[in-house]
Amino acid sequence: MLYREVGQYKTSYAADMAVFPILQDRIGIGVILLVAFVVIPLIGNDFLLQAVMIPFLIFSLAAIGLNLLTGYTGLLSLGTGAFMGVGAYACLKLTTYFPQVNIVIWIIASGFFSAAVGVLFGLPSLRIKGFYLAVATLAAQFFLEWCFIRIPWLYNYAISGAIEVPKRTLAGIPLTGPTATATTRYLVVLSIVVLMTWVASNLVHGRIGRMWMAVRDMDLAAELIGIRLLRAKLLAFAVSSFYCGVAGAMIVFLWYGGAEANVFAIDQSFLILFMVIIGGLGTLMGSFFGAALIYILPIVLRMVPEAFGLPLYPATVEHLQFLILGALIIVFLVVEPSGLARLWQIGKQKLRVWPFPY
Amino acid sequence: MHLLYQIFVDPFVQMGAAPDLFAQTLWDGLVAGVLYALIALGFVLIFKASGVFNFAQGIMVVFAALTLVGLHEHGVPAFLALGLTIVVMFVLAFSVERLMLRPLVNQSDVILFMATFGLTYILIGLGQLIFGGNPKVMITNELYLPSGELRFKGLGGFVSFQKIDIAAVIIASLMVAVLAVFFQRTRIGRALRAVADSHQAALSVGISLEQIWVIVWFAAGVVALTTGIMWGARSEVSFSLQIIALKALPVLILGGLTSIPGAIVGGLIIGVGEKLGEFYWGPLLGGGIETWFAYVIALGFLVFRPQGLFGEKIIERI
Repeated sequence: MLYREVGQYKTSYAADMAVFPILQDRIGIGVILLVAFVVIPLIGNDFLLQAVMIPFLIFSLAAIGLNLLTGYTGLLSLGTGAFMGVGAYACLKLTTYFPQVNIVIWIIASGFFSAAVGVLFGLPSLRIKGFYLAVATLAAQFFLEWCFIRIPWLYNYAISGAIEVPKRTLAGIPLTGPTATATTRYLVVLSIVVLMTWVASNLVHGRIGRMWMAVRDMDLAAELIGIRLLRAKLLAFAVSSFYCGVAGAMIVFLWYGGAEANVFAIDQSFLILFMVIIGGLGTLMGSFFGAALIYILPIVLRMVPEAFGLPLYPATVEHLQFLILGALIIVFLVVEPSGLARLWQIGKQKLRVWPFPY
Repeated sequence: MHLLYQIFVDPFVQMGAAPDLFAQTLWDGLVAGVLYALIALGFVLIFKASGVFNFAQGIMVVFAALTLVGLHEHGVPAFLALGLTIVVMFVLAFSVERLMLRPLVNQSDVILFMATFGLTYILIGLGQLIFGGNPKVMITNELYLPSGELRFKGLGGFVSFQKIDIAAVIIASLMVAVLAVFFQRTRIGRALRAVADSHQAALSVGISLEQIWVIVWFAAGVVALTTGIMWGARSEVSFSLQIIALKALPVLILGGLTSIPGAIVGGLIIGVGEKLGEFYWGPLLGGGIETWFAYVIALGFLVFRPQGLFGEKIIERI
């Protein structure tokens, strides 16, 4: 009933190509932003902000980063965790050398370091394709992980071998370090994620995005119509690593408040890849869906036995969690291989024609 | 200058000065290489026949070994346990085909790859639920596998060979020989090769894809069991063994995803390269380079041959 575009005429090409062409969608996104920026900080408790919303947003950003590379450009990468790590360590070094500069600037700027490393490891993608490339990116993952452990300069020679986040403020309010409140950190994370999602949306809807998609669909044909593969692929690696780097810096500085190298281990890469696949390859919306499902599902699974009062050992619960998560991944892939974003689209279409079947 | 000397001269001087140590390292590398090759073999079997990049091969190794040891712990005689484990691997292959591969037929590679991740999680959960997370000792003696070591004098010192390593090399070679005969000489083997060449053409001459998939997954399961016994005998049976799957990936791309000889040669190159690299060049970089050295070797080869050493030439058409 409510979701009808009847009467919404488009009078220009720009209006027709808009990201949200339907009024209800625009209202919807406005409401979501309002809830995220105003309602959640007001009513949310520390658990919701710290353990659910902040990680969800950060993982969404990382998933968007990987989606730009894997979903839009068709280059499979398993080095996401390491690229996130580069961002985190770069941010630490930057804020150590220039403590007077605002930390938010450094969090964003650390993405550039990650982008540079990404380009370096993206170079083989010109010759190597498919799973060969995926394994080649694992070289980046393991090499960088080794660097994070073996080069003490990177973690400021801390005895623990971990990143220790210094206290930094934003306009006088503590933003990182133990005194920062979850609400402040949440708002900063949210702002960065919204901003970068908007940038990503403009990228993929424009010339660059079309270039990437052409490369994804068939790189040989793309080359023939005049797309320079070298540029397109390296740009994809750079932008993707930039996003992952910022996400990595945020994980350490705005979520954990200190981390060891194993945060950026290969499991993290796989987790992000899950989010992208389950959410839907080549959709920004899907990245959010995927992050929500993969991150929040284990939390829910942990709570279920408690809620029903089942007498299970914690170890058993953990094993069952693995089992159920694995089964759910397969079920999701079987039911909808194009991801949750596709389900969302189908749902919208159904709403549009409701109460008729088509 | 000093650095160049350390990289290009010093290691070779060391090799010349202590040939027994060099021979020992080389042997260790060869044995590790054979075991990597076995895991890679499991990958290649499945990739060839179904185009699935099976990430679960590593956990299948652990799962098979755990089932074997777990059954024996419950009082089943060793060889009966071995037989039962093979049955379990068949059931696994059958259910994977029915519940995972068949509904996902014709999906893109990356989706199938992800599905094998799901399978990995399921097997981790199932294995821990049934057998517990504690490391177990492989039933080496009960399976009449040799233990102890042989020492040879020569090369200006001693070179020692673990008997279990020798057994591993022999069993692995036998296994490859059997697989080669199976692929080349039997009817099912020919069907497998036909499916590997083209799914559609194979279907059109009446080969049942479903049946073939069960067979390859079962074969990969048996390879996994062998690998599990060998690795388990050298260290112990625990879930940390599954990371050896990650060790096998460079072997796989080095040899080519579709080539069985490639898996063997790749395994040996990676095994030897890794051990020599760690032993002679590792101290320069502060050690621990084993985790990525293999990948760098593989990457070096890939830049010159993008389809691996023995992989099928990739022909692209518009």
